[in-house]
Amino acid sequence: MSATAAPAAVKPMISIDSISKWYGPVQVLKDCTTQVTKGEVVVVCGPSGSGKSTLIKTVNALEPIQKGSITVDGIGVQAKGTNLPKLRSRVGMVFQHFELFPHLSITDNLTLGQRKVLGRSNEDARTRGLKLLDRVGLSAHAHKYPGQLSGGQQQRVAIARALSMDPIVMLFDEPTSALDPEMVGEVLDVMVNLAREGMTMMVVTHEMGFARKVANRVVFMDRGEIVEDATKDDFFDKPRSDRAQTFLSKILAH
Amino acid sequence: MNYNWNWGVFFDPSPEGVGTYADMLLSGLLWTLATALCSWIIAFALGSIIGVMRTLPSKLANAIGTGYVELFRNIPLLVQMFLWYSVVPEILPQAWGDWLKQLPNASFYTAVVCLGFFTASRVAEQVRTGIETLARGQRMAGTALGLTTAQTYRYVLLPNAYRIILPPLTSEFLNNMKNTSVALTIGLLELTARARSMQEFSSQVFEAFTAATVIYLLISLVVVTLSGLLERRVAVPGSR
Amino acid sequence: MFSDFDLKVILSSLPYLFGTGMVFTLTLTALAASGGIVIGTLLALMRLSGIAVLAWPAKAYVNVMRSLPLVLVIFWFYFLVPYMGQWLTGASAPISVGAFTSALVTFTLFEAAYFSEIMRAGIQAIPKGQTAAAQAIGLNYRQTMATVVLPQAFRNMLPLLLTQTIVLFQDTSLVYVISLTDFLGAASKVAQRDGRLVEMYLFAAVIYLLICIVASTLVRRLQRRIAIIR
Repeated sequence: MSATAAPAAVKPMISIDSISKWYGPVQVLKDCTTQVTKGEVVVVCGPSGSGKSTLIKTVNALEPIQKGSITVDGIGVQAKGTNLPKLRSRVGMVFQHFELFPHLSITDNLTLGQRKVLGRSNEDARTRGLKLLDRVGLSAHAHKYPGQLSGGQQQRVAIARALSMDPIVMLFDEPTSALDPEMVGEVLDVMVNLAREGMTMMVVTHEMGFARKVANRVVFMDRGEIVEDATKDDFFDKPRSDRAQTFLSKILAH
Repeated sequence: MNYNWNWGVFFDPSPEGVGTYADMLLSGLLWTLATALCSWIIAFALGSIIGVMRTLPSKLANAIGTGYVELFRNIPLLVQMFLWYSVVPEILPQAWGDWLKQLPNASFYTAVVCLGFFTASRVAEQVRTGIETLARGQRMAGTALGLTTAQTYRYVLLPNAYRIILPPLTSEFLNNMKNTSVALTIGLLELTARARSMQEFSSQVFEAFTAATVIYLLISLVVVTLSGLLERRVAVPGSR
Repeated sequence: MFSDFDLKVILSSLPYLFGTGMVFTLTLTALAASGGIVIGTLLALMRLSGIAVLAWPAKAYVNVMRSLPLVLVIFWFYFLVPYMGQWLTGASAPISVGAFTSALVTFTLFEAAYFSEIMRAGIQAIPKGQTAAAQAIGLNYRQTMATVVLPQAFRNMLPLLLTQTIVLFQDTSLVYVISLTDFLGAASKVAQRDGRLVEMYLFAAVIYLLICIVASTLVRRLQRRIAIIR
């Protein structure tokens, strides 16, 4: 189905295999299948309520599924005996509302997971955290608290926090949609750099400029289904479904 | 009003043989404080556990937590006091019951346990509310980092929840302190009991009760002030 | 243990427990709640009046009452009410009032402090626009309060007022300290007379538990209905 199905030799980093999910009687994911190979950047888009945020949260089992299976780096997410905390620690996640821990300083936000999950020493965790903070351009704010930073700055810290765990893949759940417009750019810049360095990324976003710039593939969802799963160029130049065309015309109109 | 005021009564010797009426009230105050503090330790620890249980995904933990809160909230404190004092020693194996009954200061221990369990149900409700007030995303963020459920509570949810519920917890602490007076029914010689016996012996009703009233008001004032200081100390910079 | 649990003691004392004890408890609860809500509402209006000589005493009253243990307040009024009676009637000596009157005055005035906090929150939660609209059609302060603000506040706060009444229902057991025969007092008297503490206290606990759980379930249902209608 996918135009750029991974060569047989390359194992997919994330493999989502015909998964379905219900909230009570409402089916929110319908038989969804897609893959992300190592080094690939996949943008997931679609109208609100299409299930894209739910889909990305199933990858690290923040949302349980009722049917189908997901593997990350060959490890079954639903499989019995999978050490979920360990698996999650290798999957970085960035949330729409940042979700920095408000009672911890920026440094502590960056080191908590490293110390408690990876068992790194205070020193190592701090060094690693500060290096990443520098990378997102916020070294000067290490001692501050999340409430003292702007939204854009908080989201950059959140990205650094996820990176501090040395993840093999990064998930972004609408990372810019809670930001004031003037702050979107600084966050996207960090993400673009990350993509160019070869990070495997799955990104739920409406930022089509970002998709054009760095995405390898675009997954378009509507009403819980994956309607289109195409290369970036195919998706933007010749979308096959009416739904994707309507969506694109609306979102690119302005 | 034809009432003979005599504010000097506090310096009259008390019928106990040692000390004055003022000493008697002071001893009552100390018992009130000791009972309030000891029972608060139980209430805070147990209440936190029960409150957390009510927010866990496990149905069993939820049911136990809810059952606990309903049980201890829906029986009057005085009845609970009588149950701990008169009933529990009887329905325990006889040797334990006998041991309990001969304990020195039995009414103190009983009051501490009774108030601890009673107030725990109220603390539990506050802790639950605090955790539920936090955005669901905080739990997700902790989980996504790879923290276990226990770690998520320890490092993310509880530190925030306790900050949110500090003011209502202060009220519960004061309620617990006031409730120690119910233990006079099982013979604890706390402040109200002492004011009452002072009234009986000296017949200076209003002086005795005024003194107790002023002391309770002062305790409230001190606790509220300390709680305000604590609130400022633990306030997170940049939080609204 | 329970081998000698005596059910007959409970059965034979049922008429006394309920006919005398529970009737007393429920009467005291109902009267004190009604009086407490009325006085509590007045206190709330005083505090929100913006007039210092009204607001300040109301605030002091509420804060002092809420800082004191109910047991101490019961003792206070037990001795104070005769003097209050003397003052009110202009008699030459403290008049003797029954223990029930004393308890009723105590619980009414004590709970008024708690009810007033609920009503104050309720009144403050009514949008300012409501008052403005009422005044715009020419209603005066009394009319605005009586026909627009208080009915809404009372309605919104009804679940909290009822929950506080359940607390009051439990608190009435403290009349034990002035030897009145409420439900617990009755159970306690039988317990002492027959040496059956285990049976009588457990039975009293179960009855209180049942009544309070049923009552709070009803309040929760009411709360949901109010939430839906609004």
